[in-house]
This record gives sequence, structure tokens and C-alpha cells, in this order.
Amino acid sequence: MQPGSVYAIKEGKDKTEQHTLSVLVDNEPGVLARVIGLFSGRGYNIESLTVSETEHEKHRSRITVVTAGPPQVIEQIKAQLERMVPVHRVIDLTVTGKAIERELLLIKVRGAGDDRVEALRLADAFRARVIDATTESFVFELTGRTDKLDQFILLMQPIGLVEVSRTGVAAITRGPEAT
Amino acid sequence: MTRQMTGAEMVVQALIDQGVEHLFGYPGGSVLPIYDELFQQDKVQHILVRQEGGAGHSAEGYARSTGKVGVVLVTSGPGATNMVTPLADALMDSIPMVCITGQVATHLIGSDAFQEADTVGITRPCTKHNWLVKDVNDLARILHEAFYVARSGRPGPVVVDIPKDVQFATGTYQGPALVEHKTYRPRVEGDQAAILAAVEMIAKAKKPLFYTGGGVINSGPEASALLRELAHLTGFPVTSTLMGLGAFPATDKQWLGMLGMHGTYEANNAMHDCDVMINVGARFDDRITGRLDAFSPGSKKIHIDIDPSSINKNVRVDIGIVGDVAHVLKAMLAAWKSAGHKPDKAGLKSWWSEIDGWRARNSLGFRQNSETILPQYAIRTLYERTLGKDVYISTEVGQHQMWAAQYFGFDEPNRWMTSGGLGTMGYGLPAAIGAQAAHRDALCIDIAGDASILMNIQELSTAIQHELPVKVFILNNQYMGMVRQWQQLLHGNRLSHSYTDSLPDFVKLAEAYGAIGMRCEKASELEGAIDAMIAAPGPVLFDCRVANLANCFPMIPSGKAHNEMLLAADATDEVIANAIDAAGKALV
Repeated sequence: MQPGSVYAIKEGKDKTEQHTLSVLVDNEPGVLARVIGLFSGRGYNIESLTVSETEHEKHRSRITVVTAGPPQVIEQIKAQLERMVPVHRVIDLTVTGKAIERELLLIKVRGAGDDRVEALRLADAFRARVIDATTESFVFELTGRTDKLDQFILLMQPIGLVEVSRTGVAAITRGPEAT
Repeated sequence: MTRQMTGAEMVVQALIDQGVEHLFGYPGGSVLPIYDELFQQDKVQHILVRQEGGAGHSAEGYARSTGKVGVVLVTSGPGATNMVTPLADALMDSIPMVCITGQVATHLIGSDAFQEADTVGITRPCTKHNWLVKDVNDLARILHEAFYVARSGRPGPVVVDIPKDVQFATGTYQGPALVEHKTYRPRVEGDQAAILAAVEMIAKAKKPLFYTGGGVINSGPEASALLRELAHLTGFPVTSTLMGLGAFPATDKQWLGMLGMHGTYEANNAMHDCDVMINVGARFDDRITGRLDAFSPGSKKIHIDIDPSSINKNVRVDIGIVGDVAHVLKAMLAAWKSAGHKPDKAGLKSWWSEIDGWRARNSLGFRQNSETILPQYAIRTLYERTLGKDVYISTEVGQHQMWAAQYFGFDEPNRWMTSGGLGTMGYGLPAAIGAQAAHRDALCIDIAGDASILMNIQELSTAIQHELPVKVFILNNQYMGMVRQWQQLLHGNRLSHSYTDSLPDFVKLAEAYGAIGMRCEKASELEGAIDAMIAAPGPVLFDCRVANLANCFPMIPSGKAHNEMLLAADATDEVIANAIDAAGKALV
């Protein structure tokens, strides 16, 4: 299944799964390039990637990667991440099964008359906030699961969607324990 | 121990504190402060190569033949980029190496300065880890971490990139005892439950096989000793990858020879038919497995590897044991003894008689019956004439490499240096120089091809300067033999650019460098010529003219399974032309 091997068994037998991985790393220079390079170099998918330093005093960052592939490839991705020198831990939030995933969307919509009213009504239904307004435009802020954001963008398209910025998925497990 | 010193002083002090005795390198603008410090001390011996790639491969040969970390010092820009091939080579073959590169001054980084290259960016995918040191107070810690990372877990190459201003700056030096890595703690002890399960499985096996690899060598001499003990205790047959040769003695009656694409008939058939496969420090590489969906279909598989990502990567296994080979084998031996296991004698007897049937095919047989030297005969003769001597063998890449693996017997680990994973032509001569630097009185031979040797022939000059009496034994057939063999198999015998039209006169070439040149064209004269080569006091370039069109057999044609081998006796032109089908052609 490894794309690196020309002797690989043909793909397609195993179903593609989407997994959210939480990777705790030492925030040293180049660590993000290292992780991204692993994915591109070995032909793995990145659906979404979020990274920020989460423990400043220890210089630790949490990288949240949403990836997709057959189960064997997902296992490889985790093993490959785990053996990287600056990686503390890799947690497969899809396997632990109790994770909350959120994404932040900023979306600019332009329109007049009924379109403005409709945009506000939809924003209200989705619990999006207006964070910028002019007489002919709004910028909405919306957090939620990826599919909710996708749906909101879809609805804004006929109304006058101008542009979109989104953060990618951040995720954390439920309950009192650290992962 | 902490002291104030300059960055350049720290580099040399760190090398001394890490027990480094030899360093391979090439000076340039961005490493001059470090070279200035080297000049003022005599604890670390610097070996000046002729091209940075030569330094890298020398360090690999040094590391492989000693079990120590190989160390390289090169300048920024082209110095660093020339090191890319050895770094990639060392990563594939798990060779511990610390490469120190100079870098332009920190304020010039990103300005396209003279001899500037993004060294950490370029080497990131071909190192185990790398660092750009921006503060002299981090330098000592990073250097010690670099040695720790290079040699721990699955060994590999690392790069420490040091800007010139950091080499001049003064900071606090700390010794290795004070440095502990924050994150990297590879597991060496295997999981006890998995070990017990593996021993249970082994005890019930009727057709078992040890499939060993470079991990046994990397684990140290104790691992080889434990492997021998376990093999002798169980009576199981043993085969090995290219990288693992020498871990189990080639003269032992349980030895089946190398396996894989150019492995023996008995080793590959035993792999195909075994019921329990015990993979000790090998990684199910594609040159070993052949066609994956037909790979050893009936066996239960145990895999011991220090790298968790090797387990279940190419082949699903039944029991994976993450740990260092020596630690795991020790635990397995203890478990085997304490459970009072005895091997299944009756089962093993019939298994060995099956193996003897495959052995009877004599898949490495050849007939030397004219004055034209067969390459197989050349290697076998070289082996026989060097028996009992303190020998280290390196190779380049190609047919000669496979013949060396097939016909030269290795009884001890760390005696065999070859580029297995990356397949780097030009590896052998610098690797032999590295081995010779570590073992001054040993007989270090690079078994070469006429094409490969020209890729790093300049290193002969290094051997002369440093009085390293390496012997280069060239199997000269005037072709890139392995390329030609594949063209015969895959491309209708159209020999596109695989013939070398104007080879140098190797004897004169040797003499031009100040080495000894020899040539042998007759089988009857070969023994005497080899004896003369061995007896020669300095470096020798030995031009052994061999049968031009000999090919390397036995062979698993690509896209085929282990039990579909092509033997030399069956390899007519027609069979060769049709050996590989359309699907196999894409597999290289």
C-alpha cells in the first residue's frame, strides 16, 4: 500500500477512512516543514492542518492534521510521525472516539436589498456573528464542524459570496483527562 | 563541565568528548574557523577527501566497519549539496553519521550570499534530523544531541549547520553528560508478551526460517552472537538480506545464502514455503519480497525491528516486536530456555531434506573452463586467496556487487560495506578508505565495476595522501553490466548507452595517481595476480578483465514470486527476452 514501493499491492481493496490526528511537537524551527514534508514525500493526504504553539513555556505546539487513506496507510502515517525526532506524541482522535472538532470561518458576502436580509437571516440560523459591515457587505464569523461551515458557504454563494478564510480543524478530546 | 569558548572550539571539543578519532572532510570559506581549530590540535585526525561525497561515503564505511558514528565536515553551499547523496544513502541503510556543515553568517542567510544554500531545507528529507544553529550557546547541546540521535534507535545521518558568525562567537560549552534529549527516546526492550507469543510460535514451527537483515549488524556484535546461539539451539535455517551479510557465518551448515532478487534458489524457495518466518532486523524491501501478493503465502510472520514504522509497512505480520535486535534475541533465548522448548525434530528433518533438494540445484554454479575469466570465478578466487586474513570488503553498485554478495563468504559482522537501499554507484572506494582509516593494518578491498569506479575515482588520491593501502578490484566488462542485463530482459536487447566506449587504461590511471596498477586477463594467472595485489604495500587498482557478457543469476524477474526464479542454466536468450511480462516491466 506504500506509494514508495513499486511492488505495492493494488489499492482499492480497503476503504478510505478520514482520521484526525493530534501531534504534539517541540516547537523548534522547521518542525512544521518536517511534518508537511513527511506527508508530501510519502504521498499521504492532508485534508486540513492547523498548528499553533499551545504551551509557550515548554515551547510545545499541537498540530492537528485531518488525513485520509486506507487503514494500513493511516497506521503508517502514525508510525512515521511518531518516529520523528521532535515529536512527543501522536493521538488518533478518530480512534479515541470522543473528540470535539471545530473550525473557524471568516466569510465576506456582498449584496443589496433582499440579499442582505437573507444573508443576515441565514447567519442567525447558523449562529454566525457579523464582525464587519458596510452598506453593501458583511463579514461573518462562524465556528463549527467542517460540514457546517461547508453548508454555510454553500448557502452564501447565490447571495454574493466574495471570499472565504478558514482555519482548518482544531480538535480536543472530551472529559477531564489530557490526551 | 562548562567552559567559555568559541563556536569553532566547541565543535572540536564536542568531537573529542564524543570519542571521535577520525573526521572526513573538505575545507571551504564557511568552515575555516573550524579548520583553524583542527589545525591546532592532534586528537582528532582529519582525512582530506577530493570531493565532499567521498567524505560522506568514507564516513559510512568507517561507521559500518566500526559500529561507531561516522563524522563529516564540509563547507556551505556546494559542500553541503555534494553531501546529499551520502546522507540519503546513510538514511536508507541506517548508518549513523554526523555531518557538520558550514553556513554563511546568520545576517546573510536568505540573501543569496556566495556559497549559500538552504542546507537544512535540502537535507531535511534525507536525514534523520537536522539543525541550523543560530546561537552559539545552543551549539554544544545540539552537537551532543546530534551524536545521540545519529546512533540511537534506528541509526541514521544527521546534519548540524553552523553559520560562520556562530563559529566565531563565544559562548558556554557543556559536555555530553549534561545533555538529555527532550523527546527522542527509542524503545530498545521488546514487549515481553509479544516475545513469549513469538517463542511459542517458533516452538511449534515445522518449516521455520530466520530472515535476518542490517538491523542485526547495527545492533552490535552481541546481536550476531545471540542470533547464532538461537539458530544453533533451534536448528533452523538462516538467510539474510544484502545488508545483513556476516551476521550469520557463511560457512555454517545452516546458512542458505542471501535471499531476494539475486538470492540463492534455496533461500528464496525456503522463504516461499516456510510456515514460520522470523524477520530479525530486516524491512521487507521490494528487492527481497518480489511480488507482494505472492510473498510467502503460507507463513506466520514474526518481525523484530527497532523502527515501529517498519512493522506492517510492506507486509502484514502476525507478531511485531519493536525493539533492539540484541535485547529482543536475548529475551527470546531466555524465554525459549525457561519454557524448556525443543525444536520439532521430525518436522525440521523433512524441512531440511526439502531445502537440500533446492540446494542440489546448485544455483550459484558456474564453469570456469577457458582462459576468459568469469566474474563469478574472480570473486570466488578473491575470497579463497584472502581467507584467514583480516578482510573488509566494500562494493560499488551493479552486477559486481551481487556477485560479491553471492560468492564472497562473510563469517563476521561489520566486514561488508555496500550501498543497499539507495544503490549508490561510487560508494565503494570511499567506503573502503573509511574502513581502512579505522583499521590501518587490515586488508580493505573495494570490489568494483568499471563504470562505478569512475564515479569517485578521485578518492584514490585521498588513499595515497593518507597512506591508506586500499585495493580496488575492478571486474571490468566494459559495460554497465546490470543496466545491460535489464535492457536484455526488458527492452529487446537494445543496449542504450550502457557500453563504455573509452574507458581509461586503469593501470596507467593508477600510476598517474601514484598508486599501483595491475591487470589480469587470463584465468590461469588470476590467483598469482591477486596474491601480488594483496602483497602490494600501497593502494592498488586491479583491472580484472572478465567475460563481457556474463549476467547475474539466479534472479527473480521483477513482478514474479520467490518460487519463479530464473537460474543461469535455464537462461537462454529466448527465456531472458520473455522473462518479464508487461506488468513486471513497470516495476523496475
